[in-house]
Amino acid sequence: MSLLPNAAVLLGKELRTEFRSRELLTTTVVFILIVIVLFSFTFDPTSDESRRFAPGLLWLAFLFASSLMLQPCFLREQQNDTLSALRLSVSDPFAIFLAKVAANTLFLLLTELLLLPIFAVMYNVPITRVLHWLVLVFFLASLGISTAGTALSAISAQARMRELLLPLLMLPLLTPILVASTEVTKRLFEREPAVQWTGIGFLAVFDVVFLTALWLFGEYLLEE
Amino acid sequence: MTPPSFSPVGLRFENIDKRYGGLLALRSVSLAIAPGECVVFAGRNGSGKTTLLRIAARLVRPSRGSVSFSESSGDGNENVIRPGFVAHATMVYDELTAEENLLLFARLQDVQRPEDRVDALLKEVGLSERRASLVRTFSRGMRQRVAIARALLHEPAVLLFDEPATGLDPQGVAWLADAIRRLRDSGSTILMSLHGESEISSLGTRAIRLDAGSIAADTRTGATFRSILAIADA
Repeated sequence: MSLLPNAAVLLGKELRTEFRSRELLTTTVVFILIVIVLFSFTFDPTSDESRRFAPGLLWLAFLFASSLMLQPCFLREQQNDTLSALRLSVSDPFAIFLAKVAANTLFLLLTELLLLPIFAVMYNVPITRVLHWLVLVFFLASLGISTAGTALSAISAQARMRELLLPLLMLPLLTPILVASTEVTKRLFEREPAVQWTGIGFLAVFDVVFLTALWLFGEYLLEE
Repeated sequence: MTPPSFSPVGLRFENIDKRYGGLLALRSVSLAIAPGECVVFAGRNGSGKTTLLRIAARLVRPSRGSVSFSESSGDGNENVIRPGFVAHATMVYDELTAEENLLLFARLQDVQRPEDRVDALLKEVGLSERRASLVRTFSRGMRQRVAIARALLHEPAVLLFDEPATGLDPQGVAWLADAIRRLRDSGSTILMSLHGESEISSLGTRAIRLDAGSIAADTRTGATFRSILAIADA
């Protein structure tokens, strides 16, 4: 069986278990919602002020929430040593990563899209005109966060201080994504929205580089 | 168990060392397992039994040396030399049903007609009626039955059992012994680690005692065989 059918079977498993328990989605949505609401109290969300602060705040909330979401990614597989069962079953270990990256991207994107309207209302930011561009940025950034985060989750799951290690490794590594996606979003929130192609290009390159690295070296991350 | 569709496969461990940090878990282990043998590994906790089985399953890379499988049937079926492994942990998902678990692994292993195979195995392990129940609702013994069914899904020629009777009640142990006997008689090569003498250990055709990561005794017959099996945990 080749890589993609294996990954598709595993993605089905990831979606089935998550939609059955809704643990990750619920935690992440609630966390982001709390951050958005709390920050809305700290400054008067006039349009001008929101355009300056809101993009950074939005992406910081997404980034912290993603560390919550990615933490159990491989920890769950250790509970009954199911990771060993997967390694014994798949022909290419990259299928395990590919399924987890796809699932995490999907969950993160779903959370972001769910919370975007609430964010737009609370911070008085018009999003309808640039929604398609926002979806593109959300997708590229979520893919980058999930790819790097899934790899780091595999590393940290085997460490002793695993709960602390993931955010410590993840947040500095994902700073470039935070900066790029914040800049692109900021330009999209301006009175005269513009697409910052350098930022979008950077996000796409980040995704390709990390996916390639995961494809080349992922097998070693799964070893005991 | 249904008759397997493979030719027996042997294993060869050559000069295996496994180091975990400063601890040498296995020291220069060399071992040839003939096709169809049923080998019982005995030894105290930390003697290297689990590490050796995980190296055989290719889950752990040895620090030195290699493990190889003898010529398979040559039909190009990758599953033939993919061992079936039953470990301490059940290696199945608590959040999925017994049927979903088995179907997942059957599809990953490219088992032909996975629904039929899963159906047959659920019957064999006596879980047909609980097929739609989440594994987290199962007793330890029932989970172990799912684990064993998972290991047998692709009809492996080599089976690795790491203390397979863990959590099983006497009835479960009797069922497991019967299952292993049938697998052995059908030509499967079986490596199992056990603590002490039991109904299951008596199925072995060869007993190997590991001590501090080395082979301390290796026999197929006689009083030594029984004395190896009789070793209990310290």
